[in-house]
Amino acid sequence: MNPRTIAAVIAGKLAGAASRTLGRGGGTAVAGLAALRIDPALVSRLGSQAGAGAIAVTGTNGKTTTSLMLNRIATAAGLRPLHNRSGSNLMRGVAAMLVEEATLMGAVPGAAHRIAILEVDEATLPEIASAVPLRAIVFTNLFRDQLDRYGEVDTVAKAWERALRAEQRAKGSEQRDERPVLVLNADDPAVAHLGREAGLPVLYYGVEDASAGGPAGDHASDFRTCLQCGGELAYAATFYGHVGHWRCPACGTTRPRPDARATRVVLGDDATALRIETDDGEMNVALPLTGLYNAYNALAAAAGALALGLPRDAIVPALESFTAAFGRQERFSVDGRDVRVLLGKNPTGLNQVLRTIAAAPGEKRVVFFLNDGIADGRDVSWIWDADYEITQPQTAWVLAAGNRAEDLALRLKYAGYGDDVRVEHDTEWAVRRALQATPPGQTLYVIPTYTAMLEVRELLAKRAGAAHYWDEKQPAAAR
Amino acid sequence: MKLRVAHLYPRLMNIYGDRGNIMCLRHRCTARGIDFEVDDLGIGDRLDPAAYDLVFAGGAQDREQALVVQDLLATKADALREAVDAGVAALAVCGAYQLFGRFYREASGAELPGAAIFDLHTEHPGERAKRLIGNIVCEWESPEGLRTVVGFENHGGRTRLGPGVRPFARVRSGHGNNGEDGTEGAVYRNAIGTYVHGSLLPKNPALADHILRTALRRRHGDVDLAPLDDRAEERAHQAALRLRP
Repeated sequence: MNPRTIAAVIAGKLAGAASRTLGRGGGTAVAGLAALRIDPALVSRLGSQAGAGAIAVTGTNGKTTTSLMLNRIATAAGLRPLHNRSGSNLMRGVAAMLVEEATLMGAVPGAAHRIAILEVDEATLPEIASAVPLRAIVFTNLFRDQLDRYGEVDTVAKAWERALRAEQRAKGSEQRDERPVLVLNADDPAVAHLGREAGLPVLYYGVEDASAGGPAGDHASDFRTCLQCGGELAYAATFYGHVGHWRCPACGTTRPRPDARATRVVLGDDATALRIETDDGEMNVALPLTGLYNAYNALAAAAGALALGLPRDAIVPALESFTAAFGRQERFSVDGRDVRVLLGKNPTGLNQVLRTIAAAPGEKRVVFFLNDGIADGRDVSWIWDADYEITQPQTAWVLAAGNRAEDLALRLKYAGYGDDVRVEHDTEWAVRRALQATPPGQTLYVIPTYTAMLEVRELLAKRAGAAHYWDEKQPAAAR
Repeated sequence: MKLRVAHLYPRLMNIYGDRGNIMCLRHRCTARGIDFEVDDLGIGDRLDPAAYDLVFAGGAQDREQALVVQDLLATKADALREAVDAGVAALAVCGAYQLFGRFYREASGAELPGAAIFDLHTEHPGERAKRLIGNIVCEWESPEGLRTVVGFENHGGRTRLGPGVRPFARVRSGHGNNGEDGTEGAVYRNAIGTYVHGSLLPKNPALADHILRTALRRRHGDVDLAPLDDRAEERAHQAALRLRP
């Protein structure tokens, strides 16, 4: 192995250990940065060792859950995933995971049975795709999220197209003997568009069951115009945002027919009955998660597994025994209270979460967190595109928390929660006040943005006696 | 009494929570017994210059903006100029603010004509230049005295004002029109253009009321707007004054 890589692995392991010892979070960013500084080609050198190849999962919403589902499917198929499962999805997060897994000699143990499952930030995909030969790339959806960081949603779409063109060119050269399969959401016009000109094999997935649709008039749609001709799109069914059965009346471009089709989606309080059909047969999944977005995540993971050629009989049991990724519909039992944490970090994702909560019976107690850290997006104007109105009629108690709690309280006032919604900046106090307002036996909904989710989760885990999220060997989500 | 609003391209130009501005105007009218009516005008719809008290338009991405500009010039720009010259109020945020200028010069040097409501132009300094992004606080000379306006800005283009407009506000922290001359936005008659979103109006209730007053004045004279419970608004405004840029 390259001495530079060995030095990078050692430096990364030391930096990660030091950071954890000091109690500064998971140490993933520090370890990854330290290793990449010594060997910028580290991700390529370690990631390419996985004998079963690599798959990337990217998109605005659903990356963490979809890649965790893929992890479970690959494990059920007898593979050992190399997976950045803590949700740290920039280059440094992938590097940190590989450093953690590698031996001090810079080798990935048991490489023959390893598969790299890489959750990749939307803007990081081009970098990852050029570093690691990918067998498949799963695209979930493309919505506005952190516009202050990327500039515009279109910037992300263009970066994806560039990355895919580079992949196509690499096919001609000596470096690659296999072209990646694009696993694309047919129902999202921005994602489906990628399949049109990439010149790569495509596996489309989509929801056929139109009864799963949400109400029309969602304010959080970002691609309402045809990417071929600029005409306004028409929808026969809308699932959420701009995701649905779309077509362009102007130029005739239509949603591609999905290869993996969800022909039945029945959402329950805690579970979803999902039937996935392909030309080779059907799979019936009792998914232990609710929310249409989780049906999409399961469908994307199943389609990714099919693209990798993983056995079908690994898919159903892995999905049926799935437990939520951290902060994405996690449940904690705190002093007899049922506390549910649902990440709400952009209008589309939050609207889905609110609909899921509204579908559950009874009065609701809710604490919303709004932070404006770099990882949350510093621009909080997206809250005006989210439909907080959805849960208002059922809400008996509400608290606006986070460092932008005042913005949130004002938005909640407009949604009818009252002229003077309670505000709390301190995360620990917010959690305490919310638990106090929730009688034992009742449910508390916690809806944080990303950085707030990390803090809240740690506090709740402490009170519920669960492990820290960065305990990668034994993720709390797995119990 | 009724406020009649034309909302231009509500589907194509709503990227930074712009609909919060409409929600705010609606709330501040209905709470005072003023009827509120909004017409959504999209691609192909004509603007009747005599039918509205206020015209509102928000931000868009480049792709939508290119689509909108053709339609704006073909079906709405002449009527819009006529209306604004007759004293109709207008609020243009971010992308719409740029489109309401004389032209937009792309990094390549190509010039896209605008609706020319405001005597200003916008230049894109090239892909290498930084977008002007962050929290912004500026000072606005309201009829009641100097007021702060708070929000968020995110734009690549740099706007330069001509002699036919005056700045809407002075930048206290943030970038404003171009990050150099300290100006933010533009005012021409009763039309205001600005880069501040967030949404703009909910957190700046004094500005919202100023726009309501000027919009109602043309048909109803000076209207007394009853004070509202603005505790949540005031708290959000004060909190925004303390944010780093």
